[in-house]
Amino acid sequence: MIEIKNLYKKFGKVEVLKGLDLTINPNTSEGGIFAVLGPNGSGKTTLIKSILGMVIPNKGDIEIQGKSVLKKHQYRNNINYLPQIANFPSNLSVNELIKMVKNLRPKPAADQEFIDLLRLEPFLDKKLGNLSGGTKQKVNILLTFMFDSELIILDEPTTGLDPISLLNLKKIIVAEKEKGKLILITSHIMSFVEEMADEIVFLLDGKIYFKGTLAAIKEQTKQNDLEHAIAAILTHNNSTLK
Amino acid sequence: MFKILKYSFYDLMRSSWSYVYFLFYLGLGSVLLFLNNDVSKAVITLMNIIVVLTPLIGTIFGVMYYYNSREFTELLLAQPLKRSTIFIGQYLGVAISLSLSLVIGLGIPFLAYGLLQSSEIFNFLSLIVVGAFLTFIFVALAFNIALSNENKIKGFGYAILMWLFLAVIYDGLFLISLVMLQEYPLDKFSLVATMFNPIDLSRILILLKLDISALLGYTGAVFQKFFGTNFGMVISFSVLSLWVVFPILRILFKSKRKDF
Repeated sequence: MIEIKNLYKKFGKVEVLKGLDLTINPNTSEGGIFAVLGPNGSGKTTLIKSILGMVIPNKGDIEIQGKSVLKKHQYRNNINYLPQIANFPSNLSVNELIKMVKNLRPKPAADQEFIDLLRLEPFLDKKLGNLSGGTKQKVNILLTFMFDSELIILDEPTTGLDPISLLNLKKIIVAEKEKGKLILITSHIMSFVEEMADEIVFLLDGKIYFKGTLAAIKEQTKQNDLEHAIAAILTHNNSTLK
Repeated sequence: MFKILKYSFYDLMRSSWSYVYFLFYLGLGSVLLFLNNDVSKAVITLMNIIVVLTPLIGTIFGVMYYYNSREFTELLLAQPLKRSTIFIGQYLGVAISLSLSLVIGLGIPFLAYGLLQSSEIFNFLSLIVVGAFLTFIFVALAFNIALSNENKIKGFGYAILMWLFLAVIYDGLFLISLVMLQEYPLDKFSLVATMFNPIDLSRILILLKLDISALLGYTGAVFQKFFGTNFGMVISFSVLSLWVVFPILRILFKSKRKDF
């Protein structure tokens, strides 16, 4: 469903993506949840933002469902995105923000369902500037999941959530997966990735270093858990560089 | 675009700063009018304040709004919207809400004083129009600076410098060049130099409208000859419009190529 060909991106003198090729197709792979992993600065966020059209690549092409999406904007109607940091206009209330985002997207939204699930009811009339970080993240989650889209992109979704909300988030993600959605997640919390992801896309130095199932990465590195497998890749890579 | 405009506008209209700005003009207008008891003098004093203050407030609000709404802009960028829609919507939201504070804040005391019966109504209107123009110009310039600078401190610094340059330093340089080159005919030069600074242009427009150009001496006569005619009026308002249009075009150009 997503096809990325020979993607290059430079920020000033720093080359972040160096000819990245990636095909994500949930029909031929094991499942719908793909975790994008990699050390800091490996290009995870740049990759995700390129798919969303927030970062404009220097070279290469991105196709979603067979159509190039560079310099277009309509295709985003079919993508739900959860950004890393949530910060909203502080003088609007939660209700107004929900209305606004619904207003911007020409498709039905299941906002009430998620308001109940995330227990946001008491905050609906509060101004966004007065909410705590965790509550803002809940609003962020609500805005992301209330639309029915084929592709869902989550950038560090667990930041600032309390244990109950984290459980809820996991439930939501699993439910979306069962509906046949394609979900991309970046996270530094390996236990979360191990629990949720079907496949791993490992980025290193602006290229795809590994793509495959959890079992495959563990087998390749001969480790029992993901955290050690990733560490093994990184130390191995460092020693080959030397 | 109107949806973004609407929400930016709501957001700003509810911020206490808009009220402070509104109340400031309300207080200033009332004090000047009811203590002075002379609309003409009040308009002149207000001109001196508006010509310096609206650019400053426009600059600061523009830069602040852009940097403060960065994460929210990212949320909007992930929606099926064109970039031009998002940024022009936000720009208009800021510029319109600031202009409204000015228009309503000054409008109330003037109406209460009985402006409609006075012959000064056109002077007052030109003051308001020029103030709104300056707001639109400087918010657009501020958005330009903020779009080009990731670093907030740098962005703020450049924005304030730009205001300082156009409000103070430019006049100084202008004056020095007039003194240094006094042996040459300078009327064309000073006319052109005025066009390149929206603050100067606004000031002269109002001065001429108030018919106190005699205060400007010889240059005043030249200016009167130029600006006093319909042709001069059309030219100067076109130049003010260009000062709005070019920064907006650059906002569109920059925002299309920027990474977020």
